[in-house]
Amino acid sequence: MQAEQLEIAGFIANYAPFDSLEEAAINALSKQIEVAYYRAGSDILHYAEAIHDLYIVRSGAVETYRRNGELYNRLDMGGIFGQMGLLMNRRVRFPVKAIEDTLVYCIPADLFFDYCDRYETFSDFFESEDNASLRRAVSEQSDNNDLTTVKVKSLLVRDVITVSGETSILQAAKIMTEEHVSSLLVVEAQNKTDPEDGSQGETDGLAGIITDRDLRIRVLATGLDLQTPVAEIMSTDLITLDDEAYVFEAMLTMLRHNVHHLPILKHNTIVGVLVLSDIVRHESQSSILFVRSIFIQPDVEALVHLSQQLPGVFVRMVKEDANSQMIGSAMAVIGRSFKQRLLELAEEKLGPPPIPYCFMALGSMARDEQLIYTDQDNALILHDSYDPKLHGDYFEALANFVCDGLAACGYTYCDGGIMASNAQWRLPLNAWKEQFGRWIEEANPQALLNSSIFFDLDAVWGETKWTKELLRLITDRTKKHPRFLISLARNALNRTPPLGFFKSFVLEQDGQHKKTINLKRRGTAPLTDVIRVHALAVGSRSINSFARLDDIEASNILPEGKVSDLRDALEYLSMIRIKNQANQIEQEQPVSNNVQPDELTSFERRNLKEAFQVINTAQSFLKFRYHAKSPLK
Amino acid sequence: MKASNFEQPVSSAHLDNINSSWPDYYDHQAVISKDERLQRFYQAGVATPETIIANTPMVAMDFETTGLSVEEDEIVSIGVVPFSLQRIFCRESRHWLVKPANKLQESSVVIHGITHSDINTAPDLELILEEILKLLASKLVVVHYRFIEREFLARALLRRLGESIAFPVIDTMDLEQRILVKNQRLIDRVLGKPLGSLRLGDCRTRYGLPQYQAHHALTDALATAELFQAQVAHFFTPDTPVKELWY
Repeated sequence: MQAEQLEIAGFIANYAPFDSLEEAAINALSKQIEVAYYRAGSDILHYAEAIHDLYIVRSGAVETYRRNGELYNRLDMGGIFGQMGLLMNRRVRFPVKAIEDTLVYCIPADLFFDYCDRYETFSDFFESEDNASLRRAVSEQSDNNDLTTVKVKSLLVRDVITVSGETSILQAAKIMTEEHVSSLLVVEAQNKTDPEDGSQGETDGLAGIITDRDLRIRVLATGLDLQTPVAEIMSTDLITLDDEAYVFEAMLTMLRHNVHHLPILKHNTIVGVLVLSDIVRHESQSSILFVRSIFIQPDVEALVHLSQQLPGVFVRMVKEDANSQMIGSAMAVIGRSFKQRLLELAEEKLGPPPIPYCFMALGSMARDEQLIYTDQDNALILHDSYDPKLHGDYFEALANFVCDGLAACGYTYCDGGIMASNAQWRLPLNAWKEQFGRWIEEANPQALLNSSIFFDLDAVWGETKWTKELLRLITDRTKKHPRFLISLARNALNRTPPLGFFKSFVLEQDGQHKKTINLKRRGTAPLTDVIRVHALAVGSRSINSFARLDDIEASNILPEGKVSDLRDALEYLSMIRIKNQANQIEQEQPVSNNVQPDELTSFERRNLKEAFQVINTAQSFLKFRYHAKSPLK
Repeated sequence: MKASNFEQPVSSAHLDNINSSWPDYYDHQAVISKDERLQRFYQAGVATPETIIANTPMVAMDFETTGLSVEEDEIVSIGVVPFSLQRIFCRESRHWLVKPANKLQESSVVIHGITHSDINTAPDLELILEEILKLLASKLVVVHYRFIEREFLARALLRRLGESIAFPVIDTMDLEQRILVKNQRLIDRVLGKPLGSLRLGDCRTRYGLPQYQAHHALTDALATAELFQAQVAHFFTPDTPVKELWY
């Protein structure tokens, strides 16, 4: 029997993965630990020598190195090393040196493997290169998230009320009043047999929907005879949703189609109707209300006034534990709505456009990954009949109206001048096609450096189908010009992630310490760059990074598990960025992407470290996959 | 020094003088000890003065006592942690509570937190003596302040067996004092500036070792082992002969 080492047990219980173990397991482990002291500057592990223990830094600090001597990581109290060597072939993979006087606790290899066998959380932590703890952090984040875990079916409170198409409007109105519902589903005559397979498909019987609004607009306002059958006034192009869908999806579906009632299906059978007010009740202070109010503002001043509420909406979403996709889409929808309302106002002021046009969003708004405020990146596509002499003034005025309005609402002007107000980015459709063709065919890295933002594009207003033409052109040409991907991949290596953290500093590649880190420039931006390259390589026309990842996964171009790693890393980095901005808003500080390591919890730091490691690996893979030898300086 | 002197509990001053003749002393005691446990302890032998420290198995030992007087006070707990210059082996460490013949003083309860009820069920030292001596056998004992552990154990055995025990020790407090004196700036020495504190926790801080909860025999033994590793790493070499370190 060994005596309990209270100091050791008390220490390791504070650090992952030991903090997940029960007390008895921690005590048993602490009795088996060996302790060693290393003076600053002395080597702890040499490359390729046999390794017998897992090491935990008790006090002091160590550095780990790659085989070529490059600094790999720096660890202090609670840091763990040696796991790679133990898991590979029990030879040291990363040599380790004490950079301060250091006391280490050593867990014998056999005990380490025994604990991996016995405790899942313990082994998950060490799964080599698999970033399991990052995945756990992401999934725990979404577990706590109401809107992404609450399913539509749980909000269905009413029975499904149906009427046949022959029912009179008067009768329908009475039923709606009795049943206290704001909509009725209209079904075709019951017991009608499907001619194809003889089954009785109830969805097939669903003919349409009538709502309070239909009664007001189509009946009362037009003085229609109340004995008219409902079939004549019902809406027939139904937007439906599966009952397993999340509330968040229902919300976005309603926004996208501007409807307030969604029939909900379970295995093609109607199980209920979700009404906007159900969601509003569920999520009382929601971004959906904010979007609605954007469209009723009478002028730019009123929009500017409304935009001051946006930080509150953003903070509320973060507090409600929305995930990054929800917040990114909601903020993009809001940004898009500002643009749409400004364009409506511009057309009111300037008169109807002389020729058709399309207003495009570029960059993060197009990707549905916008945060609270970002630069406005936008451009105009004009009809090919564009004549500068005839139409130039109109579109210049329109573009200036929108860009100035956006700036007044908090969306700052783009530093690079990528805005519709810049004549260079108001082009007829054919000219845009030529422009994209040149970018792809000439594949000049320098030119691409400033234009990769154009490859994330989305229509906001007007002739939305034109952007689809552009996207098709991009994927078609990319296939024929492999050099384009090489250049794009090289550019994606320009921005590198930091190594991680050391004490309260960001650790740079050269071992330098910096106090803050820009999570966009060093985190999400390089990651979306990498994802864009792979997405274009597989011919994906998706713009959202998560949707691109789905396309990349389906094409199997990445080794197994890598897509999940990228997805986890992007979600995690985005959430830290988002939470940081929410904190800045609450503390009335200027909103930025800069994070100070000492304001992060040790748990957050650890996971950020892993996320940076994922980017690092992904960039290395990019070099290999697209022969993008060196980044363009 | 005559062999007959060894049969009596010896003062520390005497023990310090044995230094170079520890192997002879062990050989002699192995023959003349009456208690079998002591015979086996001495038969296991001891490092020669020229043995280098890197090759010497060691054991850190710490006692909590009812007070500081060897004459009046007794041992209440014992912590033992075997180690080498490279590693400290927690799995071989042991901790015992032992029942003193005299009542516990309230003042000492405050220090080590061991209460009357804790030791009411504890065994008498003699019952665990065999285990303790087995752990110490053939290893070099390391303590922080040599005038406690070695003398309290000698006195406790004399009371129970009618014969004493003696063994060489490395004293980390003494080493620290030597180190501090050697590294003291001449001007400070001339001015009679005091040396730094020699308390275990303060010594450890100089080497970047963490703060441990003091006055738990096992934790203090572990803390002493770590301190010794640190002292050697900074001020000695692995091939320092033990004669330069022990008493």
